[in-house]
Amino acid sequence: MRDQRLWTWHVGAGAVILVLLGLHMTVMHLDAFVRVFNATAEEPIAWSNVFARAQSTFFLVSYVLLLGAALFHGFYGLRTIVFELNPGDGLKKAVNGALVAAGLALFLFGTWAAWASFEFARVNG
Amino acid sequence: MIESKGRPNRLGIVGWLGGGRWGLERYLYTLHRVTGLGLLLYFVLHIVVTSSRAVGTDLEARKAWWEWAMGNVSGGMFVAGEYLVFAAFAFHALNGIRLGLVELGIGIGRPIEPVYPYRTSVHEQRPLAIAVMVLAAIVVLAGGYGFLH
Repeated sequence: MRDQRLWTWHVGAGAVILVLLGLHMTVMHLDAFVRVFNATAEEPIAWSNVFARAQSTFFLVSYVLLLGAALFHGFYGLRTIVFELNPGDGLKKAVNGALVAAGLALFLFGTWAAWASFEFARVNG
Repeated sequence: MIESKGRPNRLGIVGWLGGGRWGLERYLYTLHRVTGLGLLLYFVLHIVVTSSRAVGTDLEARKAWWEWAMGNVSGGMFVAGEYLVFAAFAFHALNGIRLGLVELGIGIGRPIEPVYPYRTSVHEQRPLAIAVMVLAAIVVLAGGYGFLH
């Protein structure tokens, strides 16, 4: 039952990623066709464009949502692959613990970076 | 994930590529996993590299940190790697949509009597798999154009 619920979250997170990462890829890599959310004529990764996006509440929220969804989707997928190799119970517990710890640490770090750059850009923008 | 109880996975990772005369969908399964692992590795590095935008006490320092970080991941090899990530995302996302549809019972046909010569749902879902791969190829090519320009 627990695994079915986690699997449903995995699929749901995939749908969230599809929308938000699709937008991210469009902004960053399909700018030759669709030029959105790039305030200046420079490259999407130019500081002027990065700084402009950092001022947006929409981007702050979407980055944190994407971060959480992608970390869960990715680490749960990795757990599925490892568990399919039939590890022992002890190793399963260790894998679960390591993936949860790594996921939480990366989520907190990424959220800090998004929040710190948002706050800074709001004050200095 | 529903754990296997009676039929353990004896082939392990070797079974991703070898183990039988498998159809297209089996190789899409393998590619889905390989691209998923690649995207996860890239994502973890991406979180660390892009956090450089939050380092520095003033505007000039932050800009300098950002440009230093981007400078460390620029150049031909990184651009090629980034394009591979884009292609992996396009494949993984579109194949993921196919898997979601199949899981919901869409595109696999209606249940039929098992009358010889037997037909499986694989025969029904093959057009969906081909359509999704054609779409993925178009997105990958469009992304390639974007990377070159």
